[in-house]
Amino acid sequence: MNPIPVEAIQKAVGDSRLQAAIYSSTGRLMEKRAHSIEPEEIDDFQGLRTQANALKKHAIDNLDYYLEQLEQNVIARGGKVIWCRDADEAVQFVLNLSKEKGVKRIVKSKSMTTEEIDLNEHLEHEKIDVVETDLGEYILQLAHEKPYHIVAPALHKTRYDVADLFTETLHVAREEEPEKQTQIARRVLREKFLTAELGITGANFLIADSGAIVLVENEGNARLSSSAPRIQIAMAGIEKVIPRAQDLATFLKVLGRSATGQPLTVYTSFLSGPRRSGEIDGPEEFYLVLLDNGRTRLLADENKRQSLYCIRCGACLNHCPVYRKIGGHNYPWVYSGPIGAIISPQFHGVTKDPWLPFASSLCGACAEVCPVKIDIPKVLLELRADITLAKRREGAGKWERFAFKVFSYVMQRPKLYEMGSAMAAAVFPGSQGKWVRSLPGLLQGPPIKGWLSKRDLPPPAERSFRALWRERQRSKGAA
Amino acid sequence: MSRVSLFVTCIVDQVFPKVGLAMADVLERLGYQIDFPEAQTCCGQPAFNSGFWDEARGVARHFMDVFEGAEYIVVPSGSCTSMCGHHFADLFQDDAAMLARAHAIESRVYEFSKFLTEVAQVEDVGASFAHTITYHDSCHALRELGVKAGPRKLLSRVRGLTLKEMDVAEECCGFGGTFSVKFPDVSGGMAQTKIDSILRTGASHIVSIDSSCLMQLQGVISRQGLPLETIHLAEVLASR
Repeated sequence: MNPIPVEAIQKAVGDSRLQAAIYSSTGRLMEKRAHSIEPEEIDDFQGLRTQANALKKHAIDNLDYYLEQLEQNVIARGGKVIWCRDADEAVQFVLNLSKEKGVKRIVKSKSMTTEEIDLNEHLEHEKIDVVETDLGEYILQLAHEKPYHIVAPALHKTRYDVADLFTETLHVAREEEPEKQTQIARRVLREKFLTAELGITGANFLIADSGAIVLVENEGNARLSSSAPRIQIAMAGIEKVIPRAQDLATFLKVLGRSATGQPLTVYTSFLSGPRRSGEIDGPEEFYLVLLDNGRTRLLADENKRQSLYCIRCGACLNHCPVYRKIGGHNYPWVYSGPIGAIISPQFHGVTKDPWLPFASSLCGACAEVCPVKIDIPKVLLELRADITLAKRREGAGKWERFAFKVFSYVMQRPKLYEMGSAMAAAVFPGSQGKWVRSLPGLLQGPPIKGWLSKRDLPPPAERSFRALWRERQRSKGAA
Repeated sequence: MSRVSLFVTCIVDQVFPKVGLAMADVLERLGYQIDFPEAQTCCGQPAFNSGFWDEARGVARHFMDVFEGAEYIVVPSGSCTSMCGHHFADLFQDDAAMLARAHAIESRVYEFSKFLTEVAQVEDVGASFAHTITYHDSCHALRELGVKAGPRKLLSRVRGLTLKEMDVAEECCGFGGTFSVKFPDVSGGMAQTKIDSILRTGASHIVSIDSSCLMQLQGVISRQGLPLETIHLAEVLASR
């Protein structure tokens, strides 16, 4: 059971430069999204969300069927499908294939699934030159950092940070203009694209009825990663499958808008198998790696399986006041923000980071913007109940359990409740109705201490509502 | 005229009793018969939100017993209304008999401003409050009950009152029950974002329909000695 990373959180909340970077980036994404879903921009966006939710529900409820259909269709197009139970199997497949095919260099486009299994670290360990080609991911690879955000991985880096980083690691003249920085990265990456033997991409959607893989991106690097190298691997979680190509009409409309406020991203690529005879480009070999890594465990729970609907747009992160305060690196896994808070405990077991689902005010801003309508607060509440039960089994959290037992007992006994509140008012140091800044040590339990660290505390009312109400009714009766 | 039963919530009962009296005054002026079932305590939300569902179930059952025959249950809080109206059903999802009772509550429990605009169908309650205010949308009222325009309509009819919207009206104040004490740095940071936005409006008062949000904001205001006051909508509407 890992504790709350209090110091790291304090550091993030107190770092005004970091806060400014997070607020300006997420704020911009929020504004763009809001504009892109206005009725003048698109008909019935809310209806599309409902539709996207229904499609995902259907796909996840019938996952076995659609995955098998997908496999058949990928094979029919000349591709190979690799089923991986966990991260180890997926990593091992890539390592073995690289060894077998003599791969020295790999270009990668942005993929949270490969981040999830720490693929780069494993490849680097085997002395394979693996290069991230999405600009944000490339910046992070140079900085040896994990993504800060699902969609905008280097969201926390200012252009000055990037200028420092490029000068240090690429030994180029310092450039502070983002356009110039892009040119630098482009020069380095072009060479990598042309010399890599293997390209690895993720997948935004896997289409069961056609065996196609859909990639959504803005930089063109995913298209290059999947077409320039001789061999291609697309790696995706099994939950990415959708029934039909025509369902994309719904998903593409909500994905770009929710992520970046774009009606469509700059590139939408459909990849179906390797190069066929007579075609002049495309990979010679194509592998689709389908990763479980805990996903089937989520599937087992009817209330929480909706967590698998996620299409990784990042809107819940942008709109989350907690994410915006603590930033992406204080979440225990590569998936940050509200979606990370509901999937990490389900992948890793609820007792690993038992604080995570509690790090929410349950404000619901995430559910309000989720393009596939995942009821994130509801899943958080369910997880909290799971964690409380798990702690009870392990004999942890005794004081809190005791407190809520007392709470429950008293709240079911009105007389006791009234007596208890009168006692609380009596032991509370007299403050003449003023809000208090501190309390004597004896009264400073953890909750009070937590409250007083940032705020003053109101004293209990001298007379409760019920006391005042009785008096009011009496005086009325007398009048 | 109909009879309304007040559920004043534990925080109003214990800390902000004037809010409950103000709510009763407004409803009485509109001609409603007021009933205050004295056996009421809490809705159980603190236990529910903390994952202690067994403990919350006992409190929820007590609530249902107390308000068994009530025609309308009116509550000066969006959060507690949402607990009774939506989450009792989560608590009893595996208990058909109790689930039916939970569903029977749903259509009878009303957040105060929603009751005024939707059941009483009033906008002008004859109030006067000569101040510039800003309105804080509390999360559960806004997102679980759909309360957004109602309080603003009620405020727009208050004599002398000027409403200045803040730029982040819909952003959480950071209270979140035990979240506020388990994650004080994050909760405090969220309150600060909200307060900064409020200060930019130049308003003298922050109005909300949830006393818990106001406690969070007033706690920061008091700590930092800011020229702001918090006030519940019921108190504004009861002012003459």
